[in-house]
Amino acid sequence: MKISFVQNIRKYTMLIALIGIWLIFSIMTQGVFVSPRNLSNLFLQTAAVAVITIGMTLVIVTRNIDLSVGSVAAFAGAVTAFMNVKMGMPAGAAIGIALVTGLAIGAWHGFWIAYRLVPAFIVTLASMMIFRGAVLGITNGATIAPLSAGFKSIGQSYLAPGISLWIGLAVACIFVVKNILNRQKRLKFGFSVPALPIFIIKVLVVCAVIAAFFMIMIQNRGVPYAVVLVLALAVLFNFMSTRTVFGRQLYAIGGNPDAASLSGIDVRKQVMMLYVIFGALTAIGGMVLTARLNAATTSAGQGMELDVIAAAVIGGTSLMGGEGTIWGSVIGALIMASLDNGMSLMDTNITYQYIIKGMILLLAVWVDIATRKKT
Amino acid sequence: MNEYILSMKAISKEFPGVRALDNVTFSVKPAEIHALVGENGAGKSTLMKILSGVYPHGTYGGTIEIDQTEKRFKSPGESERSGIAIIYQELALVKELSIVENICLGNEIARCGVIDWDASYRLAEKSLKGVGLNVNPEFPISYLGVGEQQLVAIAKALSKDARILVLDEPTAALSEEESAKLLKILRDLRAKGVTCIYISHRLKEVFDIADRITVLRDGKTVATHDKKDLDENKLIALMVGREVTNKYPKTTRTAGEVVLEVRDWTVFDPDINKTIADVSFKLRKGEVLGMAGLIGAGRTELVMSFFRFWGRKVKGKLFLEGKELELRDAGSTIASGISLASEDRKRYGLVLDEDICKNISLASLDKIASYSVVNVIDEIRSAERYTKELRIKTPSIEQKAGNLSGGNQQKVVLGKWLMTTPKVLILDEPTRGIDVGARVEIYNIINELVDKGVAVIVISSDLSEILGVCDRILVMHEGRFTVDLPVKEATQEKIMHYATGGK
Repeated sequence: MKISFVQNIRKYTMLIALIGIWLIFSIMTQGVFVSPRNLSNLFLQTAAVAVITIGMTLVIVTRNIDLSVGSVAAFAGAVTAFMNVKMGMPAGAAIGIALVTGLAIGAWHGFWIAYRLVPAFIVTLASMMIFRGAVLGITNGATIAPLSAGFKSIGQSYLAPGISLWIGLAVACIFVVKNILNRQKRLKFGFSVPALPIFIIKVLVVCAVIAAFFMIMIQNRGVPYAVVLVLALAVLFNFMSTRTVFGRQLYAIGGNPDAASLSGIDVRKQVMMLYVIFGALTAIGGMVLTARLNAATTSAGQGMELDVIAAAVIGGTSLMGGEGTIWGSVIGALIMASLDNGMSLMDTNITYQYIIKGMILLLAVWVDIATRKKT
Repeated sequence: MNEYILSMKAISKEFPGVRALDNVTFSVKPAEIHALVGENGAGKSTLMKILSGVYPHGTYGGTIEIDQTEKRFKSPGESERSGIAIIYQELALVKELSIVENICLGNEIARCGVIDWDASYRLAEKSLKGVGLNVNPEFPISYLGVGEQQLVAIAKALSKDARILVLDEPTAALSEEESAKLLKILRDLRAKGVTCIYISHRLKEVFDIADRITVLRDGKTVATHDKKDLDENKLIALMVGREVTNKYPKTTRTAGEVVLEVRDWTVFDPDINKTIADVSFKLRKGEVLGMAGLIGAGRTELVMSFFRFWGRKVKGKLFLEGKELELRDAGSTIASGISLASEDRKRYGLVLDEDICKNISLASLDKIASYSVVNVIDEIRSAERYTKELRIKTPSIEQKAGNLSGGNQQKVVLGKWLMTTPKVLILDEPTRGIDVGARVEIYNIINELVDKGVAVIVISSDLSEILGVCDRILVMHEGRFTVDLPVKEATQEKIMHYATGGK
């Protein structure tokens, strides 16, 4: 019946860190940082990285990596823009083509990594160069803009405040009901559960966070489409990673590849599958980015792979494999974006922005390792 | 005035839950070849790891004296500087480097950090001559055969002025010819005054070369004798002879129809040319078939090859209940009803960072899923069931597998395989590193399984376990079964005889 305090806190370390960072920025910017307009903007800025981080988490869980996400996202964005602007295709068709492109690139990676046993680091390093070149090729070295209104809305439009309100209520209700059911199930099987008052406080706090989130969004035109997309994908992939055979096998592969293989898991096939899915996710991330900027540029997504990997790691994903959660990584992405956003508001010199981000990455991972030892 | 160059006195070493060495005394005279023998797990390697400083002073009890001065080795380096060199079974050579680089590795002759190649070559040539090896030291080490590599390892030890040479199963991977050459060199070295501690399972060699023999059993020194006071039978009796206790609960049972048949099974090793050649055997319903043999005889490799987890190429036929199986990968073998609880449970059995529940369901996720979504309630029920049936001691099935004791970890592995409802269950060293109490529980579980009609194969290097648990025993020697014994006709001496290559 005992879940130690430290373990309980550890789960929320990064959430607490995020709140701490927000507090600091709020004070330093005299409240501008927490204004509805800025927060809404922050979430929108996070969206592209968050979508890709969701997939990167699972890739790292299987002890692999993908360095090509920046280039591939830019390429997918450029493909969409090319189809949408130069070929005059409707947004839907352009999106479809970009998704297929992402799947194909993922399959290419999966083939080399899973079936030809070339280290993921090398395969995706090669792709990082290949697709950066491809971006230059397809855009002819020039920015493609502007995109059609339909496509642009992915990155720039908002759900009406009324609808946002209802969605917020629904999310809160689902959360409460799910937690109560889950608690009853655990009690039935005699599993450890937190004491009732702590449970109630936890649920109330999360409900308050949900309410605050939607209230802020509604004060500023409603929830952005891109943020809805991130939340939907996070829910979907969280379910996939914890409840499906595929997801569970990915964690076993990362935790102990030999044991997984001897337990009858087709390691190569599952890794291949993961890269295919990840290719599509990267393409989606690229489209969100393109839609938000309303342009496909040659330098889009440069350095994005580092933000994505850092976000996953800050969110608790272990590079040793077998460990990491989708929601943790989404929070990690939010931390990275908050640093960018906050420091830009403060007009911090770009030199220090990089240095501070690097130090925080190092610190976050060290804190994680240090607390892990004690438990 | 003392006749011993090395004496280890009252050495004790404990691992969590196991007393590996208990008051061991081991004394070696200068310029003798002293054989250290005992069954697998008797404590030979542990004793040598203490001598070499792998287990530093303070982690064991007792004293080590070299030339009558007490030594407290804190690292392998310190032990080496006192003139002790260990040549391990798995050679500590770097395949990519040349012979000279290997010999000087860790002991580079350098001026201001720059390697003096001329001096290095002279040293290498001199020490290679000392072991009678006439090769160009510039060659990469991988050009040499295993036997010659063994000699390079010895040359390397000599180049560091080793006075006490420890050889751990040096001939395990060698051919007859290479072994003979190695033994000759050891005799030459003895003539030059080098002391040698020789660990081997090949009793013939032991009698061939040793001056004195020390026997270890269950972490205790049984005896030290001059070679002339012993013969092979006496030695085997010393090695295996332990008091008979009722450690092996056994039910009476009769074997039914053949469940598994393996015909002309041949496996090609990925590295060296050792193979499992033309192995055939049958396994009946309701029997426990034992596979005995020395470590490295090929038993693990044989069963791993059923799961396509070992071996470059596999030939032969495997029938389950009369139907020939096509074995593509581990998944297909498990799905047809054969399961393997492998020898190294931490490496091959468990995902240590995941909880008991997820470990038990790992090989059966498809069974408890609909449309690929795992039914968590079913999963918890199964895990609870096996935790109860196998008496896994844990506060909850949410406990991480890595936090359990060895015996309980083994039960989790068993639970995982029972959940696949196998017809044939293969247990490779099911009680390695497990204390006596938990062992008996595992034997009881095996009995229960057999009563339910599962056919069980037990691979074990513990002879009394093989005799206590199995109904029929196959003995493997160098990739072949040398004999098929009903347990009634088997004795430890007989098994040892066949396991060491006897006819």
